Amino acid sequence: MSLNDCLLVSGLLFSIGFAGVLLRRNIIIIFMCLEMMLNAANLSLVAFSRFRVQDGLPNYNGQMLVFFIITVAAAEVAVGLAVIVALYRARQTTHVEDISSLKF
Amino acid sequence: MSLPWLILLTPLLSAAFIAFLTQSQRNISAYISVAACSISFLGACLLFHTPNGAQFAEYRWLDIIPQFSISIGFTVDTLSKAMLFIVTGIGLLIHVYSLGYMDDDDGKSRYFAGLSLFMFSMIGIVFANNFVMMFLFWELVGVSSYILIGHWFNKPAPPAAANKAFITNRIGDFGFMLGILMLWVSTGSVYFSDLKAAVPSLVQNPAFLATSTLLVFCGAVGKSAQFPLHVWLPDAMEGPTPVSALIHAATMVAAGVYMLSRVFILVSASPAAQSVIAFIGITTAVGAALIATQQNDIKRILAYSTLSQLGYMVCAVGMAADQAAMYHLFTHAFFKALLFLGSGAVIYGTHHEQDIWKMGGLKNRLPSTFLTFLVGTLALTGCPGLAGFFSKDAIITAASHGHPVICALALGTAFLTSFYMFRLMVVVFWGHTRSEHARDGHQPPPVMTIPLMILAVPSLIAGYHWFAGSFLQLPAGESLNIGVMGLSIFVFLAGAGLAWFIYTGKDSDPIVIPLLANRFYIDQFYQTLIAWTQDLASSLTATFDRWILDGAIVRGISGVAWVTGFVLRFLQLGNLQAYAFLFGAGSVVLIYYFLFSK
Repeated sequence: MSLNDCLLVSGLLFSIGFAGVLLRRNIIIIFMCLEMMLNAANLSLVAFSRFRVQDGLPNYNGQMLVFFIITVAAAEVAVGLAVIVALYRARQTTHVEDISSLKF
Repeated sequence: MSLPWLILLTPLLSAAFIAFLTQSQRNISAYISVAACSISFLGACLLFHTPNGAQFAEYRWLDIIPQFSISIGFTVDTLSKAMLFIVTGIGLLIHVYSLGYMDDDDGKSRYFAGLSLFMFSMIGIVFANNFVMMFLFWELVGVSSYILIGHWFNKPAPPAAANKAFITNRIGDFGFMLGILMLWVSTGSVYFSDLKAAVPSLVQNPAFLATSTLLVFCGAVGKSAQFPLHVWLPDAMEGPTPVSALIHAATMVAAGVYMLSRVFILVSASPAAQSVIAFIGITTAVGAALIATQQNDIKRILAYSTLSQLGYMVCAVGMAADQAAMYHLFTHAFFKALLFLGSGAVIYGTHHEQDIWKMGGLKNRLPSTFLTFLVGTLALTGCPGLAGFFSKDAIITAASHGHPVICALALGTAFLTSFYMFRLMVVVFWGHTRSEHARDGHQPPPVMTIPLMILAVPSLIAGYHWFAGSFLQLPAGESLNIGVMGLSIFVFLAGAGLAWFIYTGKDSDPIVIPLLANRFYIDQFYQTLIAWTQDLASSLTATFDRWILDGAIVRGISGVAWVTGFVLRFLQLGNLQAYAFLFGAGSVVLIYYFLFSK
């Protein structure tokens, strides 16, 4: 397993997530796809950490950043789900085609 | 404090005192002003003992650079002493006369403050020893003239006349200022005493000399009301009559001629400028005399007569006869002040009636006014033995040496002068009364008639050499030219006789010449010209404002912002996923640009 293999998996994961954000209509699915994109980033960070060995030890900076991302993602999920619940209560829908009032 | 300073500053103090302290005490203000003028007059009399060219302490006013240091200084010579005598002497009589004429006027304090301010300014012009000081006081007489013409500011006509006088003078004064600047640039000095030394170098460039002299002459054209800037003077008759007598007949309007005599060394060095000056002078003399024959307002007739006589003086300067010009200025000041004060007495006695066709038969009702007015008329028209005869002959004699056309025109003007003055006399004082106001005409109080009688004396004798010669340098030995004298007596008699023949016993004007009655339509022409110019300028600026400023700049900028916003708002699709796509695409483009485009 090389760094390139890991980055390839990470890129695939990111692309799948981004495609989901663009193509899916259900806002909850879109939300999950966003999480997948964040985890793709985490994966590449872990891979960088793993393959940047100095004096027999991995570079822990990448792994530290992953923890931050997980924390922020947790907070984002809390806020995002709350917004989705509020939105559903207001509009009785979770489909993005129906939520298009923010335009000219 | 030396004598000239006393003469100069007393009227200023009086004006300031009245303006700041005794504004509400009308009679005290009047007496303060009369007292100040008396002090100046006594000072002017004492000044005759001072030798010519005496030096007095100067006040260094501006020391900007060494080449441009201006002082308030004094010229004391025959010219300024004589002029000062006229200004303060006639000024004093008119101050006294005003006590009667303006007795029950509400603005008496303001009026006398204005008179004092005028005396200060006029004395400043007379004393000026440099161009800048003269210009300064030149403007000050303009201001005081403005204040006094517009004295009755509640009526519509006086403020309009005051504006007209001030604005018309500005045109002339602008030329005057340019002339002063040109002379300063070329000679490096604004002092009259340095002009003589500068003339030889100025003569090297005749065009420059003629231009600068004529620009200086522009000031005289404005102030002495010469054609084409003469239009303000007849309108200035809207002011109180004593003001017309003092400012618009005897002194201020003569300032232009005085100034030309002061800088005569320049005029005499430039033949081109001389011919222009003589031309303008004689044009004014003839034109104003023609207009005067058809006017019906007693003061306007006298105003056009003043224009005509000033034209004589200016023309004399243009014929290099500056002594004759000052001679005529000297005599004219007395009899024209007398005539104006006489007309004031007539107006006062007939309850402010000014139309001569509504008067008539006043010789029995206002006997002393009639007699003094007759003296003034005879002096003006050149009756042999009276003041105007000698001085006018001096000018005509000067014209007879090599200026035949001017000589003929001057004689023609003398004929017209005699004609219109006797027309005035016959219509106002003879015949039967033609209105209620004239019927109960009454004699004015002594405070008004006594100045008339005093002025009648110099009007009788001011022309004789033993009188005028003690004030002025007279043209040498030319006044006894028999041919000219005979002709001028002939035109005097012809004009008077014709007027007597035409106007005796008439109740309305038997001759009507619209061209002259409407003053050659010059006022209408200026009106149209100014209206046309103003319309053109305003439509140009309006177009600029509407299309360039408002259209291109203001609306242009806001329009660009609006159009940009209008185009950009089509990006606001409202579709969440489109935003996400655009965001992602943008990120890809940026990443590509920063990482791979190099």
